Amino acid sequence: MMDESNPYLPYEVEIKETWYETPGERAIKTFKVDFVDSSVWDTWSHKPGQCAMVGRLGVGESMFCISSSPTEEGYLRFSVMKMGKVTRALHQLEVGDTMTVRGPLGNWFPVNEWEGKRIVTIGGGIGQAPLRPVINYVRANRAKYEDLTVLYGSRTSADLCFQEELECLISEEETTCHLSVDVEEESWEHYVGFVPNLLMDVSPSPENAIAVTCGPPVMIKFVTQNLVKLGFEPEQIYTTLENRMKCGIGKCGRCNVGHLYVCKHGPVFSYAQIKDIPEAFA
Amino acid sequence: MADYVFQKEKIEELLGGMAKNYEVHAPLLNAGIVRFGKVEEGGPALAKLDDYSNSSVPPKELLFPQTETLFRYRLGTGGIEPKVPDAGAKVAVFGIRPCDAQAFAIVDKLFGWDYPDPYFQNRRKSTVLIGLACSSPCSTCFCTSLGGGPTNDEYLDVAMYDLGNEIYLKTVTEKGDELCKSISDLLEEASPSHLEACQNQSKEAASKIRRSIDTNGIPEKLPALYDNPFWEQFSDRCLGCGICTYLCPTCHCFDIQDEVEVFDGRRARMWDTCMFEEYTRHASGHNPRPTRKERTRNRVSHKYSYFPTNFGVIACVGCGRCIKYCPVNIDIIDILEKSIAVEVKEAG
Ligand SMILES: Cc1cc2nc3c(=O)[nH]c(=O)nc-3n(C[C@H](O)[C@H](O)[C@H](O)COP(=O)(O)OP(=O)(O)OC[C@H]3O[C@@H](n4cnc5c(N)ncnc54)[C@H](O)[C@@H]3O)c2cc1C
Ligand code: SF4
Ligand code: SF4
Ligand code: FES
Repeated sequence: MMDESNPYLPYEVEIKETWYETPGERAIKTFKVDFVDSSVWDTWSHKPGQCAMVGRLGVGESMFCISSSPTEEGYLRFSVMKMGKVTRALHQLEVGDTMTVRGPLGNWFPVNEWEGKRIVTIGGGIGQAPLRPVINYVRANRAKYEDLTVLYGSRTSADLCFQEELECLISEEETTCHLSVDVEEESWEHYVGFVPNLLMDVSPSPENAIAVTCGPPVMIKFVTQNLVKLGFEPEQIYTTLENRMKCGIGKCGRCNVGHLYVCKHGPVFSYAQIKDIPEAFA
Repeated sequence: MADYVFQKEKIEELLGGMAKNYEVHAPLLNAGIVRFGKVEEGGPALAKLDDYSNSSVPPKELLFPQTETLFRYRLGTGGIEPKVPDAGAKVAVFGIRPCDAQAFAIVDKLFGWDYPDPYFQNRRKSTVLIGLACSSPCSTCFCTSLGGGPTNDEYLDVAMYDLGNEIYLKTVTEKGDELCKSISDLLEEASPSHLEACQNQSKEAASKIRRSIDTNGIPEKLPALYDNPFWEQFSDRCLGCGICTYLCPTCHCFDIQDEVEVFDGRRARMWDTCMFEEYTRHASGHNPRPTRKERTRNRVSHKYSYFPTNFGVIACVGCGRCIKYCPVNIDIIDILEKSIAVEVKEAG
């Protein structure tokens, strides 16, 4: 847990491994980190979907989801897309460098309540980062869930994150995994088209199912519409919201959609919770 | 609890007495602006008690400074040195108005939920509020619509009434009692006639409040008006200057920034405002509140709907500053009244 007496103080972490998930101007780089003070692990615990403020002293901090599942022990993972000041500064860091982590923050996917159900994840681009801990949590607790279906797409095949793990998901028998790219490319064996269309192509049954979707706002919008078409109730659909954040603890004011603070009441929401709050889709 | 009087001409002596045990902040007059500050020799002069109905800048800055260091660090060597204020310090705020004290009780809720904020809370613990009842409210005051009033002492530690030549002083809390005891040699005993004079003043002051709004049902109504085109009309002349929020005693939004001088760095927080474009702009360039329409809607809805939904209390004390200082006369009462009216029309 965070320093209870001062929620603004970050922990220092050391980068143990780092690699690029995707290339380009908006490259995504993954960091595997460990606390400099290893006693932090005694009190640290996070759940799938929770986030943390990751930063560099002298530059600032930004919100990222913890993309490792709590079932992966001894490290935390973050996958960072290069966007602006803080993310650029993070991308400069290499193995052995330190960064700061303040968290875990926010709520989480209620994976305990979902036990006994069929889990369907629908991700787009960097939106796979918050889904990764859900997928790995379910895989580590396979007996507790009926089955797992992973739908994931991005603009091109080079923009897919976690490629090695996707190979695993495709080859392992207990998981159903469908990938997509937006436009046709050479030697691509999977679906071609947008993620909402992939969803309709696969048409998972809403029976005893939970659908979790993360990705760009337009994708979430159409995926949600399609899930409803497939017969999913608003209570069966979960997503995460994103807004600009500074404090991460419901104080600085900026992340609200209606009366909900995304950093505190979220980032995880069921569609039932937000469907009547227009600002959630602004 | 006890009551006292002191001669108004002896105010400086009284503050001097207080300063033996407390760091004293009082309304100071500087270049025509009344703002709370530390009373210091050679500093700006004390504002006369009848110089201000309300300070231009609210005393919220005493508990929530405009810029505040969260922690310091040295680059390269690691180590983070928190700069949390001492909860055991003794700070006296002299002459705070009842509405501004009520505002502290409102933001207390936000700084206290989930992850208590030690910076705000420690200052709050160490601060004694010596309030001054209003005898001549401004034309923009509407505190009586928000559970307050010009002589409301509910949120004070000591309440003062200006009776002309004398100041009547009543302790409200133990903290206030302790402060008065520390300066008891400068205070005289009050008589029943003083109390009577105060009661008369209370009635008279309340009757001088000219503006009002019936807040009943507003928190529930506003979300339903989210898409109403009137937000555009309310905001079309807004300059986006942020005055209405910087000068609001319940506005609490902040930014967090790092500042580095060679190797010495600090992370600080500073007042921010939902009336600025950058406030919500994502790194992708997308902005969920791209124009003043969305930002004005958020300001009003936050105070009159979102905050009460989360905390059970409207985040406005009716101090009237946002009305008084808006350069283009945007008036929150006017917006609320029109909101109510529109809904009635739609329902009928
Ligand atoms: C709950 C949550 C979870 C998140 N999880 C992840 C995650 O797992 N991985 C991930 O990569 N991201 C994630 N994000 C997004 C991430 O927080 C932002 O991308 C990040 O804050 C950008 O910070 P920055 O400092 O690099 O940009 P900044 O430089 O801070 O951007 C600040 C401002 O500068 C301007 N700006 C800077 N760069 C640009 C630009 N390229 N285009 C337009 N304007 C620009 C904008 O005005 C922007 O608002 C998450 C966000 C939230 C809220
Ligand atoms: S919203 Fe306006 S009237 Fe209400 S407390 Fe803030 S500044 Fe005062
Ligand atoms: S003070 Fe007036 S002009 Fe300035 S931001 Fe507020 S409403 Fe707009
Ligand atoms: S990030 Fe500060 S309130 Fe949510």
